[in-house]
Amino acid sequence: MSKYNLDYLNELEAEAIYILREVAGQFEKPALLFSGGKDSITLVRLAEKAFRPGKFPFPLVHIDTGHNFPETIEYRDAMINRIGEKLIVGHVQDDIDAGNVIEQKGKNASRNALQTVTLLNTIAKHQFDACIGGARRDEEKARAKERIFSVRDEFGQWDPKRQRPELWSIFNGKIHKGENVRVFPISNWTELDVWNYIRRENIPLPSIYFAHQRDCITRNGQLMAATEFLNMDEEDVIERRNVRFRTVGDMTCTAAIESYATEIDDIINEISESKISERGARMDDKVSEAAMEDRKKGGYF
Amino acid sequence: MEILKFITAGSVDDGKSTLIGRLLYDTESILADQLEALHRSNRKNDDGTIDLAILTDGLKAEREQGITIDVAYKYFQTDKRKFIIADAPGHIQYTRNMVTGASNSDLAIILIDARKGVVEQTVRHSFLVSLLEIPQVVVAINKMDMMDYSEDTFNSIVKDYEALAAKVTLKQVTYIPVSALKGDNIVYPSSNTPWYNGQSLLDHLETVQIVADNSSTHAYFPVQWVVRPQTDELHDYRGYAGRVLSGSLKVNDQVTVLPSGFTSTIEQIDLLEQQYDEIQAGRSATILLKDDIDISRGDILVSSAHHPQVSQLIEADLCWMDTKPLDTSLTYLIQHNSKVTRCKIQEVLYKVNINTLEKEYSEEFKLNDIGRIAVKTAEPLVFDFYQNNKATGGAIIIDSRTNVTVGALMLRANAE
Ligand SMILES: Nc1nc2c(ncn2[C@@H]2O[C@H](COP(=O)(O)OP(=O)(O)O)[C@@H](O)[C@H]2O)c(=O)[nH]1
Repeated sequence: MSKYNLDYLNELEAEAIYILREVAGQFEKPALLFSGGKDSITLVRLAEKAFRPGKFPFPLVHIDTGHNFPETIEYRDAMINRIGEKLIVGHVQDDIDAGNVIEQKGKNASRNALQTVTLLNTIAKHQFDACIGGARRDEEKARAKERIFSVRDEFGQWDPKRQRPELWSIFNGKIHKGENVRVFPISNWTELDVWNYIRRENIPLPSIYFAHQRDCITRNGQLMAATEFLNMDEEDVIERRNVRFRTVGDMTCTAAIESYATEIDDIINEISESKISERGARMDDKVSEAAMEDRKKGGYF
Repeated sequence: MEILKFITAGSVDDGKSTLIGRLLYDTESILADQLEALHRSNRKNDDGTIDLAILTDGLKAEREQGITIDVAYKYFQTDKRKFIIADAPGHIQYTRNMVTGASNSDLAIILIDARKGVVEQTVRHSFLVSLLEIPQVVVAINKMDMMDYSEDTFNSIVKDYEALAAKVTLKQVTYIPVSALKGDNIVYPSSNTPWYNGQSLLDHLETVQIVADNSSTHAYFPVQWVVRPQTDELHDYRGYAGRVLSGSLKVNDQVTVLPSGFTSTIEQIDLLEQQYDEIQAGRSATILLKDDIDISRGDILVSSAHHPQVSQLIEADLCWMDTKPLDTSLTYLIQHNSKVTRCKIQEVLYKVNINTLEKEYSEEFKLNDIGRIAVKTAEPLVFDFYQNNKATGGAIIIDSRTNVTVGALMLRANAE
């Protein structure tokens, strides 16, 4: 693999810090949506750069489906401890118990779709007017047109026709009461940029990003962690495999890839030669090409 | 490695989507699952090859209509550079989208269909590229395969375009004969154009000099946020968080705070645990000053040697971006970097017919209209003229009733 000189990371970093500070300056009650994944971990590092030695002008918000990898939760708690910032957790289980949402049944059941309701309830409860997220435009076609400041209506909906033009580095965060803005400071980063940045900054990650041995089953052509949350039957054959994960979603819908990449350099090599995109490893996006777009319109991250 | 941001402009069917698709495909920037979707699609070229244009199609509604209607961003990388493509539609009704995409571009690729040559849309696109001061232009003369790769065709289009470039004052123009469909001179030099000795499009993109927005040497640092830890050990820490938009700042530099005019000296430059002696244009940092002066968000730190414009009455080029026309009796908001204040568009000086480039005189400013106006602001703006410094000379107009961004301003002259 060819070596990339990394000056461009400074440019991406500076832009992201600039955006985070615009959020601090323009909104009254912002929040940083923290998933425990590498993109939101990168956001936390960028927030440290933007606001230290001061405190973050926003809490971290984690929407916990209850089906997270335990490694993710461990990481989250250790990180909060280290940075000394406030964490708010919205539990999908609470919305299930309250009857706000109904748990899916069947083999492909996942709580992924239920997150949206918990997210919107959490936003409403704390009256957040801006939510910072780690989405990137290169992740998926529907995201390619996403603004850096993306206005959502009271129902969390995103209307592709009503997006504001975004010129130079001037971000218009003016909203009406009840609306909120999703802000994406690393819009212009690719997956490889994120990994190169994590390497440069020496940022620790949850262990599931690195190759390890795990019991898996193969479903719809993808390797899934064999866990208590996955509805399995006698057709499912459990095998011990050498795997790692490229995203840290729910255990029920995040596919693993066969890998021996135990170090960050190995991962960067693997991605540089990678033949499958990150979202290709998310089962729920496979359903239809337009699936992502529909979820976005409905208020998904 | 640097980042090159570019925009592509062309009329419908000139081959813009195919060209971007070809760039991505031939640089192996397309991943297996996307490629698989591409092969699975029933949309094929006439000769049965895969239709690369699909790669840049965006939202569902647009897919249904078969046209691109917004700015979509695409990313790819080679050993030499990281590229960000702003893919904006070319039709006149989407002028605002092109203006948006152009605002952050270092380079513009203007597509011309070799069969048609310079057309009305080419004039408009070139005018917008000039208005937004994009420093580098590539004219990609496409569909050369349909003209038997004729050198004469190429030369005559170049000649026509040179006249246009002079008229709209474009400085750096490079002409490349291409076939997006067949791949000639896109990534690989083509044997079909032996008479062409220049670079392929990708070679050019990889090596062309990036004229940074902030090449102007004057230091300009808008304050976005004041960092005040207020802890016991950092009781007196007061850091000004912002981004150097142009020039550079060093410890011990004399700076002036505008618009107030107070001066001080830089004591320290921080970013997390790191301290810097100097920060360059583009970087974000936190600056500490030797003196205790009142500075808040929206104030600008400049090098004391620099005297930017400080004015409440400014002439600017306006591109109107809203379906509701401009109302000169209304008070709008103007946002210039981190500064927001109220404003009125006092006067429409002239409008430009963007197809003929003629000046017109009319008060009415509708969606996609462009022209020169005079704007009066409630508080002074601190800026450089857009033609001298893109990073500090652009502003937006916000309708305070809807909160929507309704206009883009290129600040051109101080009318005070
Ligand atoms: N022969 C030929 N056809 C081309 C070339 N580039 C694009 N086309 C065709 O022109 C049509 C319009 O191209 P498309 O990329 O969709 O145009 P857009 O509207 O500018 O995005 C399609 O049928 C393409 O296959 C080219 O270089 N040569």
